[in-house]
Amino acid sequence: MNIPTLSELTARGETPEILFWVGCAGSYDDRYKRVTRAFAKILIAAEIKFAVLGPEESCTGDPARRAGNEFLFQMQAMNNIQILNGYGVKKIVTACPHCFNTLKNEYPELGGHYEVIHHSEFLQQLINEGRIKLTDTTAYKGKKITYHDSCYLGRANGVYEAPRAVIEALDADLAEMKRSKTRGLCCGAGGAQMFKDAEKGNKEINIERTEEALNTGAQTIAVACPFCMTMMTDGVKAKEKEQQIKVKDLAELIAEAQGLA
Amino acid sequence: MIQQILFLLTLLGFAIILRKRIVQISRTIRLGRDVKIDGPTSRRFRNMLLVAFGQKKMFSRFIPAFFHFLIYIGFLVINIEALEFIIDGLAGTHRIFAPYLGGFYTVLMNVFEFLAVAVLVACVVFLIRRNVLKLPRFWSAEMTAWPRLDANIILITEIVLMLAILKMNAADQILQHREPQHYPSTGKLMFSSILIPVLEGYSTSFLIFVERFAWWFHIIGILAFAVYITYSKHLHIFMAFPNTWFARLQPAGYISNMPVVTREVKSMLGLPIEEPGTNEPPGRFGAKDVNDLPWTSLMAAYACTECGRCTSECPANITGKKLSPRKIMMDTRDRLEEVGRNLQNGGNGLDDGKSLLDHYITREEINACTSCNACVEACPVLINPLEIILELRRYVVMEESGAPASWNAMFQNLETNFAPWKFSAADRFNWAKD
Ligand code: SF4
Ligand code: SF4
Repeated sequence: MNIPTLSELTARGETPEILFWVGCAGSYDDRYKRVTRAFAKILIAAEIKFAVLGPEESCTGDPARRAGNEFLFQMQAMNNIQILNGYGVKKIVTACPHCFNTLKNEYPELGGHYEVIHHSEFLQQLINEGRIKLTDTTAYKGKKITYHDSCYLGRANGVYEAPRAVIEALDADLAEMKRSKTRGLCCGAGGAQMFKDAEKGNKEINIERTEEALNTGAQTIAVACPFCMTMMTDGVKAKEKEQQIKVKDLAELIAEAQGLA
Repeated sequence: MIQQILFLLTLLGFAIILRKRIVQISRTIRLGRDVKIDGPTSRRFRNMLLVAFGQKKMFSRFIPAFFHFLIYIGFLVINIEALEFIIDGLAGTHRIFAPYLGGFYTVLMNVFEFLAVAVLVACVVFLIRRNVLKLPRFWSAEMTAWPRLDANIILITEIVLMLAILKMNAADQILQHREPQHYPSTGKLMFSSILIPVLEGYSTSFLIFVERFAWWFHIIGILAFAVYITYSKHLHIFMAFPNTWFARLQPAGYISNMPVVTREVKSMLGLPIEEPGTNEPPGRFGAKDVNDLPWTSLMAAYACTECGRCTSECPANITGKKLSPRKIMMDTRDRLEEVGRNLQNGGNGLDDGKSLLDHYITREEINACTSCNACVEACPVLINPLEIILELRRYVVMEESGAPASWNAMFQNLETNFAPWKFSAADRFNWAKD
């Protein structure tokens, strides 16, 4: 894929409409790299002038801060802010709710002021503006999709409707889980849990959540977060239901319906 | 006259005890760290009005919200009657407002009685929910004998107080017929008049005794209750108001900044420091004990209703982990009360070889949190248990380097590869290649 970096654009004297913040999972996690590519394809198809930082990007520091390592968080944040401000970045879109939350809510205090939107909101916007053409909605038409709220999108930032609007644009049958929106159950990965084993208990959180998703009878679990993706995929595997239900990111669903996949 | 003096002494006595409790509680709250309270006052006012006064968040669970609302309204309105009690008690009058308000007094008293009965019913329902239906959230691990007893004491006291009102009114109505010169007419009172046949056979002097006894019982009950709640989860009836006022206004996902760290990081990176450090000593990084927490978190501990809504939504708790956000709040308060007692015996209260972390809250608990904000969202009085958990984590990581090994590995990856995993920074853009 030919993805422009911000340094290339700047060298050519151009400024992008928006910076696509890929995030660590989007850059390194094999499963989520597919989401990154799907979203990039959508942006290209919608003729959005965007750029990425590429090798200049580094972790926002979210897991460090949530684990309690404020030094490390602020080191990461400060470095990122210097780069972002150096390029004069104004608007950022990201597919990771953790990056979204940190960039949007925690960078301003450290000198980074940007308009930050999550890819679910951006997709909704592009659909509403007619910049995304869903040519092949047959794949999901009338099919049951359940949406798993990411804590960092939902409760943390009040984004509940955009992801649902995106799913509805597919003419799909949105089946809510028992616990959804403000009462949605965490996948178990937030607060840096992604990077350690769970404490002793009688069940894994992602299993509890996967069972709830399976109970909806949906064929697809839609997610909008790389950590939720991992946790739900592992949950489905542990329940041996890979044939019955697929875990997909919103960007993948849209890319499929655009015939881009 | 003797009654008046006795009443005045009773009132003073309770006022002194209550004042002592209030001083002690506010002293422990003020041990907390200073925090900047920013954001528009109008939003704070709105939160207090909707959430504390209007009980908005309670209504996400309708049944308890409905019955709780009855008790709440009953409490607010019946306390207006306590005003008459106090004036009567001091002036030696009897139902001082009755002659002035006439028919309206009858209406008022009937409203009070209706609410008294409503409160009574609600308390019975709550007793059943707790003790017969045994709703799980009232029986989880941190609901040890005392918190369970506390809840029952409150409910039973309220029932007894409401019965006292009804009995007093019943006796009063009989006396109004027998000695109208001393007992101004209240008009017919719907609920207490049901009790009239039970009392009618007794002599006037006995009824006077019954009326007086119920009167004293009720007013002493209210005063004793006021002292009792300072030791109880019932303190939320007052603390919910300041707590909703001071509740954080930022999006729930935001974690508070540590300006000390900002200054240090900036100087390490050679960046200009806009606000040079004030001369305050840096103190601890994060929180080991209650005095390291923001005072708002300490106030919140006194506002906690121990309802367990937080815990029942907590993904860690649901899946059997030790973490319970309610316990975080209860532990914080228990530690505060302990420090308060130490303070009262001289000394600064904190050097007793104990601390909130480890002696109350274990590392296993704080390590289980996913920072999902379900507890914050669930709390009917806008308490944020997550803030305390994160401050404790900060202490463990920054003062003790005591994070779980896999977190230390993650930190190391971040330092060397700028990603939480062991991948080379140079490969970051590889996703675009294939
Ligand atoms: S933020 Fe932590 S304590 Fe609160 S509900 Fe989520 S996991 Fe439980
Ligand atoms: S913190 Fe809030 S939700 Fe949790 S027990 Fe206390 S009052 Fe209830």
